[in-house]
Amino acid sequence: MANRIHTEGAAAGFDRPLLLTPGEDLAGYVVGLAGRFVLFLVAASSILAVLLIFAFIIREAVPFFLQGEAGVSAFRHVFDRLAELFASTQWYPEASEAPEFGALAIVAGSLYVTVTALVVAVPLGLLTAVCLSDIVPFGIRQIIKPVVELLAAIPSVAYGFFAALVLSPLILRYLDVPTGKNVINAGLILAVMAIPTIVSVSEDALTAVGRDLREASYACGATRAETILRVVMPAAHNGIIAAIILGMMRAIGETMAVWMAAGMANQIPSPWWDLAQSVRPLTGTIAQEMGETPVGSTHYHVLFVLGLVLLIFTFGLNLVTEALLGRMRRQGGKNT
Amino acid sequence: MRVRTLERLVGVAAILAVGMAAAVAAQGPAKALLVNGSTTVGPIADAFAEALMKKDPTLSITVKKTGSGDGAKALVDGLCDIATMSRFMKDKEYKAIVEKGALLVAHAIAMDGVCVIVHPTNPVSGLTGDQIRGIYAGRITNWKEVGGVDAPIVGFSRDTSSGTYETFEGLIMKGEKMAAGVGTVGSNPEMHDSVATTPGAIGYVGLGFLGEKVKALPVNGIMPNKGTIASGVYPIARPLFLFTRGYPELGSAIHTFSTFYLTEEGQEIVEAKGFVPLTNY
Repeated sequence: MANRIHTEGAAAGFDRPLLLTPGEDLAGYVVGLAGRFVLFLVAASSILAVLLIFAFIIREAVPFFLQGEAGVSAFRHVFDRLAELFASTQWYPEASEAPEFGALAIVAGSLYVTVTALVVAVPLGLLTAVCLSDIVPFGIRQIIKPVVELLAAIPSVAYGFFAALVLSPLILRYLDVPTGKNVINAGLILAVMAIPTIVSVSEDALTAVGRDLREASYACGATRAETILRVVMPAAHNGIIAAIILGMMRAIGETMAVWMAAGMANQIPSPWWDLAQSVRPLTGTIAQEMGETPVGSTHYHVLFVLGLVLLIFTFGLNLVTEALLGRMRRQGGKNT
Repeated sequence: MRVRTLERLVGVAAILAVGMAAAVAAQGPAKALLVNGSTTVGPIADAFAEALMKKDPTLSITVKKTGSGDGAKALVDGLCDIATMSRFMKDKEYKAIVEKGALLVAHAIAMDGVCVIVHPTNPVSGLTGDQIRGIYAGRITNWKEVGGVDAPIVGFSRDTSSGTYETFEGLIMKGEKMAAGVGTVGSNPEMHDSVATTPGAIGYVGLGFLGEKVKALPVNGIMPNKGTIASGVYPIARPLFLFTRGYPELGSAIHTFSTFYLTEEGQEIVEAKGFVPLTNY
């Protein structure tokens, strides 16, 4: 890199180099260095925050695997704890004699609620996105898209109240089921929360495909439906998958709404397809039980293990989304 | 241009400094009291706080309602002055505070009954303690087994950190574990709403939270009301407590708050909130 950029005085109008060396302008050099260092600290602090969160949760989760009987080999004990956590549905952490920490029903609860939410949200969200990008006139799109994004701004506790006080009696009345707080209720409310994310990101992906591809398809004689289904959507598939995964992350991480809507019963629904039974997702369990567990007890540590499970899962999904969105941006750039 | 930016920065820094100094100076009234604990005792503590603050404007009382266990923990850690609890301290909580060099004093300020509630359309007219235990343990799953219609029983319980849950568990479940299908809710009002909107539901709330939208059942033939609870005849009755570290210093804010229930005004507040006063005022 050239340290000294000289210009001939007459040609450029000045008679000194553009870039001064440290020797010539020590104060400026030091200030520049300090400024760059401060900006680096600021940028690093956000990465540091994420790393510290991980470190803290792992630090509080590990003692769950190490606490317990002596006389058993450490590896065997860790394995026993893991087995109990993921293979047993008996969750009685506050029992005074023999607390049990079987989290299978809790993990299953999260999965049930997330899958139900996606089954409702993905078709609705994708169809809305396709409508907004390809079918509806631009003026209407400009009105509808901000309104859909407004749904994302509603606080989740408001959704929770709506689910518990409005949706629950409706479900009781129109579906002949014993309780209104169940997988259907939680799934519906999570779908409403996930739809704005899915619509927003897939609509961006579909728009980024560009006019050229669409015009080429019409020029080949394709109908509008064929263009959308067989040209545009496959071209935007990276962005669409990223949208679905982001919606999934929203659904899996949602706490207040599922706490009020899912019924919080520690069970796996009895015929597995009976979605009208109450379940207990991971997030609701942590929220409900963390407030009062004594710090340092096994119950406290196992709640952190549940949090770690959530964290690993959402972090993995996040990495996949970033990779897909990166590919979408690069593809979009190529097409314009 | 550089000079102007510098002036701007100095101006912002000066405003910040003045603001912080003002915040530090405006500390707040001389006496501050922090009360934390049970959601059941919460309404009483709120009303006490309001009455006391009206009498003495220099007093500032903050009442938090995050649960009996949380109140005990806060008192042990020194984060609150008074812990309101709907159950007595557990052994380990008591030990923890003794280890920290303080002794606990319990003030029983009112009696509360845990009422078993069902939906108003439920024809069942009463249950025994054994039947309730059977329902929550999962042995009885249909209302027709206890004299109602042929409909599945939807049980609701409180989360394990709640004082109401502890009382119910101690006096009715007697150590038996609850069935997996029993839903959990986070507070007395939420329990009331859940039972009010679900026809086949059964739940339990403190007497103060009994509303018109639910029906309270007699337990072992005894209906929960002020008389049966105060005398202890009703099976699921419990005293509500205030805990302090040591006996509060006479004349301090803590002392005023902890003995307010003995005054006529305090007893009127307790009754107005739907609980049963301990003295015959």
